[in-house]
Amino acid sequence: MSVIIFAESTEGKFKKATFEACSYGAKIAAATGSEAHALVIGSAPADLSVLGKYGADKVHHASDAALDEFNGAAVASVLKAAMDAIGAKYVVISGSFNGKTVAPILSVKAGAALITNVNSLPASYGPLVVRRSAFSSKGLADYTTSADVAIISIIPNAIGVEEHNKAGEVATLDAAPAAKNTTVVSVDRVKGQIPLPEAELVVSAGRGMKAAENWTLIEKLADTLGAATACSKPVSDMHWRPHTEHVGQTGIAIRPNLYIAIGISGAIQHLAGVSNSKTIVVINSDAEAPFFKAADYGIVGDAFDVVPKLTAAIEAFKASN
Amino acid sequence: MKILVCISHVPDTTAKINFKDNNTAFDTDGVSFVINPYDEFGLTKALFLKEKHGGTVTVCHVGPASAEPTIRKALAIGADDAIRVDAEPTDGFFVASQLAAIVKENQYDVVICGQESIDYNGGQVPGMLAALLDLPFVNACVGLEVEGTNATLEREIDGGKEKLTASLPLVLGGKKGLVEESDLRIPNMRGIMMARSKKLEVKPATDAAKHTAVAQFEKPQPKAPVKMIAADNVEELVNLLHTEAKVI
Ligand SMILES: Cc1cc2nc3c(=O)[nH]c(=O)nc-3n(C[C@H](O)[C@H](O)[C@H](O)COP(=O)(O)OP(=O)(O)OC[C@H]3O[C@@H](n4cnc5c(N)ncnc54)[C@H](O)[C@@H]3O)c2cc1C
Ligand SMILES: Nc1ncnc2c1ncn2[C@@H]1O[C@H](COP(=O)(O)O)[C@@H](O)[C@H]1O
Repeated sequence: MSVIIFAESTEGKFKKATFEACSYGAKIAAATGSEAHALVIGSAPADLSVLGKYGADKVHHASDAALDEFNGAAVASVLKAAMDAIGAKYVVISGSFNGKTVAPILSVKAGAALITNVNSLPASYGPLVVRRSAFSSKGLADYTTSADVAIISIIPNAIGVEEHNKAGEVATLDAAPAAKNTTVVSVDRVKGQIPLPEAELVVSAGRGMKAAENWTLIEKLADTLGAATACSKPVSDMHWRPHTEHVGQTGIAIRPNLYIAIGISGAIQHLAGVSNSKTIVVINSDAEAPFFKAADYGIVGDAFDVVPKLTAAIEAFKASN
Repeated sequence: MKILVCISHVPDTTAKINFKDNNTAFDTDGVSFVINPYDEFGLTKALFLKEKHGGTVTVCHVGPASAEPTIRKALAIGADDAIRVDAEPTDGFFVASQLAAIVKENQYDVVICGQESIDYNGGQVPGMLAALLDLPFVNACVGLEVEGTNATLEREIDGGKEKLTASLPLVLGGKKGLVEESDLRIPNMRGIMMARSKKLEVKPATDAAKHTAVAQFEKPQPKAPVKMIAADNVEELVNLLHTEAKVI
């Protein structure tokens, strides 16, 4: 009885979330005395064995050309075939957009329990008990299941990537995918930018920036740091920034290593999506802004004055390190 | 066009979350409940589709009678009728199974769910429902147009968006983008009055497995107090981020 990991890639590269899922799967395999099998579906990076470095004992590739474009039902059918062929007790899927589409379909097709939003390793295996985030980060819940097979969907950046020294032996999986029931017309992906859920550093700004054109300051700071940009909800509602940058309870939930919040008041709905960030810096002109209570470091000041100075200080730091 | 909007009944976004019974249950004391925000976008989209193509909008909720004010609110916003499956919605597969039975019985063309409920954040029900019915599923859906039996959809993907097509019937997990924030409808007096006489059918639950259970809840650890840094000393912040927080 082994562990299967859904190994996602985009444009010929494995995602960081995939390395994280492999690391997580390898730990379950070690704890349960089994093997970790990564499953790569559709068009794939040239070197599959690299997943060994992150904990995969074996890497299976289902390369049917029909799988090159994403379809939840087709991908789930191949994962199910792998579960049957390898004999899976645990399936690890990252909480990426595609992962969140596939996991519930697979759980029905495989008759497996599904536990989503998981942020730690299982506390026990017989029966499975695993901790997940709930109530938009305002609570934690230990979930348990008596089902024979469990699918664990992990929150990106919650577990971390760990290096292993596994073989990552590559094999082909012959599986006829289920017929696709959606057809991709076009994909519009921002080039050269780290997807927000995977970003380790995030610079985020709110209504305190006053107008869309002032985001040049925010972008300059983000570029200097090598960070992704995010925003509060009103900012995306007013179309100062795209919807995809909106973080919070009704936007994306993120947990980067560093979250810098500039001109954001820190409403409870905003905090719901960012409070799990490892380090939070708040820059706000109002010393009473609620966000300071959730921050690790705070500066009371005018963003238009502090942000350019901070950008310069980081430039200086980078130049001397 | 027959549209089903599945709504969940969740604590208002400002609610303080507490647990009771030795941290084994969510304490609903003093918590006000609302329609799951994602489902409000879906409900408004359903009303737009009905206005354009004709048809009916039904809302469905799996839950106890205490959720009826939330269902009535959906009727006041403009849904034509409602179904409540009388059961505790404690497990995603169980809820999806109830909804699947309703869809099989009534043959909807479009089933609109939200991408997740903001209480347990399961993100499970819509995909499971689609799989139980063998229907196409589009998650994190931010655009939907229908032409005859064909749908053009847009969904979020990591770092961007994807356009796709599918044929009806289908299930989607929607969010803001299906309609804009400013399109959301607030019930007016007339809507509230009309909602009182709209049909709200209560159905018994069908048998279905529950795969998961919560053993224990916990509140996250409170943060250590914030360190304040003077606005003219940003170098100190950079230094702390490097040496103390070790994030740069
Ligand atoms: C159902 C629901 C869901 C919601 N979901 C979300 C969500 O997912 N994400 C989200 O972000 N919000 C969400 N909200 C909205 C949330 O309640 C707040 O309204 C929102 O987060 C406020 O955004 P803001 O902090 O950018 O703006 P404001 O609250 O207007 O705050 C602006 C801040 O900027 C500061 N400021 C002003 N000028 C300067 C300056 N020159 N320099 C520095 N600081 C300055 C001010 O002191 C203030 O603190 C939701 C609300 C509801 C009702
Ligand atoms: N008890 C319920 N009754 C009806 N629909 C539900 C229920 N729970 C969840 N849903 C639907 O499924 C979506 C995702 O919920 P969840 O899987 O609980 O995160 C919600 O936005 C609703 O559309």
